[in-house]
Amino acid sequence: MNWFGDAAAWLVDPAHWAGSGGIGVRLGEHLGYALLTLLVAGAIAVPAGLAIGHTGRGRAFVIPFAGALRALPTLGLVTLLALAVGIGLLGPLIALVILAIPPLLAGAYAGVEAVDPLAVDAARASGMTEWQVLVRVEVPLALPLIAGGLRSACLQVIATWTVAAWLPLGGLGRFLFDAIPIRDYGRMLAGSILVIVLALIADGLLALLQRAVTPTGVRAITEGSGTRRALLTAP
Amino acid sequence: MSWLLANLGQIGAAALAHVALSVPPFVIGLVIALPLGWLANRYRLSRGTILVVCGLLYAIPSLPLFIVLPGLIGTRILDPANVVVALTVYAVALLVRAVADALGAVDREALLSATALGYSAARRFWGVELPLAAPVILAGLRVVAVSTVSLVTVGSVIGVGSLGNYFLDGYQRAFPLEIGVGIVGTLLIALVLDGLLVLVGRLLLPWTRRGAFAGARTLGAAARLGAA
Repeated sequence: MNWFGDAAAWLVDPAHWAGSGGIGVRLGEHLGYALLTLLVAGAIAVPAGLAIGHTGRGRAFVIPFAGALRALPTLGLVTLLALAVGIGLLGPLIALVILAIPPLLAGAYAGVEAVDPLAVDAARASGMTEWQVLVRVEVPLALPLIAGGLRSACLQVIATWTVAAWLPLGGLGRFLFDAIPIRDYGRMLAGSILVIVLALIADGLLALLQRAVTPTGVRAITEGSGTRRALLTAP
Repeated sequence: MSWLLANLGQIGAAALAHVALSVPPFVIGLVIALPLGWLANRYRLSRGTILVVCGLLYAIPSLPLFIVLPGLIGTRILDPANVVVALTVYAVALLVRAVADALGAVDREALLSATALGYSAARRFWGVELPLAAPVILAGLRVVAVSTVSLVTVGSVIGVGSLGNYFLDGYQRAFPLEIGVGIVGTLLIALVLDGLLVLVGRLLLPWTRRGAFAGARTLGAAARLGAA
């Protein structure tokens, strides 16, 4: 496969790593966009999800909302908001925040929802305030699913910023879209490999985080909840 | 509005192309995922391996996968087949997990009862295990179908035509209505395919109706009584 040879040659050329349009800068942009998106989306979705999970109010709203947003084509939302807001980062950022909210919200909500009611009642009976019940009992037990939501949102965000580089913006997607018109398949392939490696590393690190925040007693119970998480947070 | 009327034929053609790219991935995905999901549920070792591989495949972003596939499977660059194969990969990755979990959740006593009645392993799988797991598998298939319809639009940035073309064209012409047509069209296709899957589920899985399902429960309860 000559193409992979071209891509490898492109990747190991030091000239492609340095400079304002180099791999280093593009990777930094991509990570920066992704982190910013996750921070804004997390600041909105996690408190909302915890509140819904704790009070049980608004439940009827969450699941259909998450489902409907799954059907929404990401590229359509990105182009529409970019058109509405104008050239720059803000339009696509708003679009990506909207897309990252459902998995984060579903993770936080499902995490609290799945906490054993007996544990919550026991906490109340021992004199904890509602706030203490949330922070000391529900959130620690919900952390694995919250981290699961973060994992799904992170994959979604890394993938969609790649597509959003069509607009044009920085980030690793630049390598793909700059190479398509001139049919430079080696560079397209190299850029694609970079995005894939970034996504796999990010997902791996978050998987480790998810494991680290899982209380030992919960580990056995959450093993089987894979489908539930996938159904709630698929892209 | 006049744009909409003038381009109705073209929009219809794009919608048909969109459906043609959306349906094969989740249908082929289900056919591949059933044996893999069964294998994942059957042995501990295969479960770990298969589910880890599925997790990795699922983590690959769509656009890079569209571009890497020609190098791997020898298709032409920008061939629509790349989009279909990539979306099939995602469908398999998600459905294997759904199938494995669905089979794992089947009431053990229902399976024991079937064995006690003299069912062979194959007949037990097709006659008891798969039918009882089917509603959960269908739920997974609906998720996959809807997200596939949405992901097809990403193909438009590498020249694989669908309703996604209207996002790019509408942006370049600063014409929000065109983008809106693309979004609403995509949502409608997702809605219709999801509705069709529900309908097919009702027709093929009549035992998900309450009365019929109670029968399966009774079978399990009878086995429990017998065991006690």
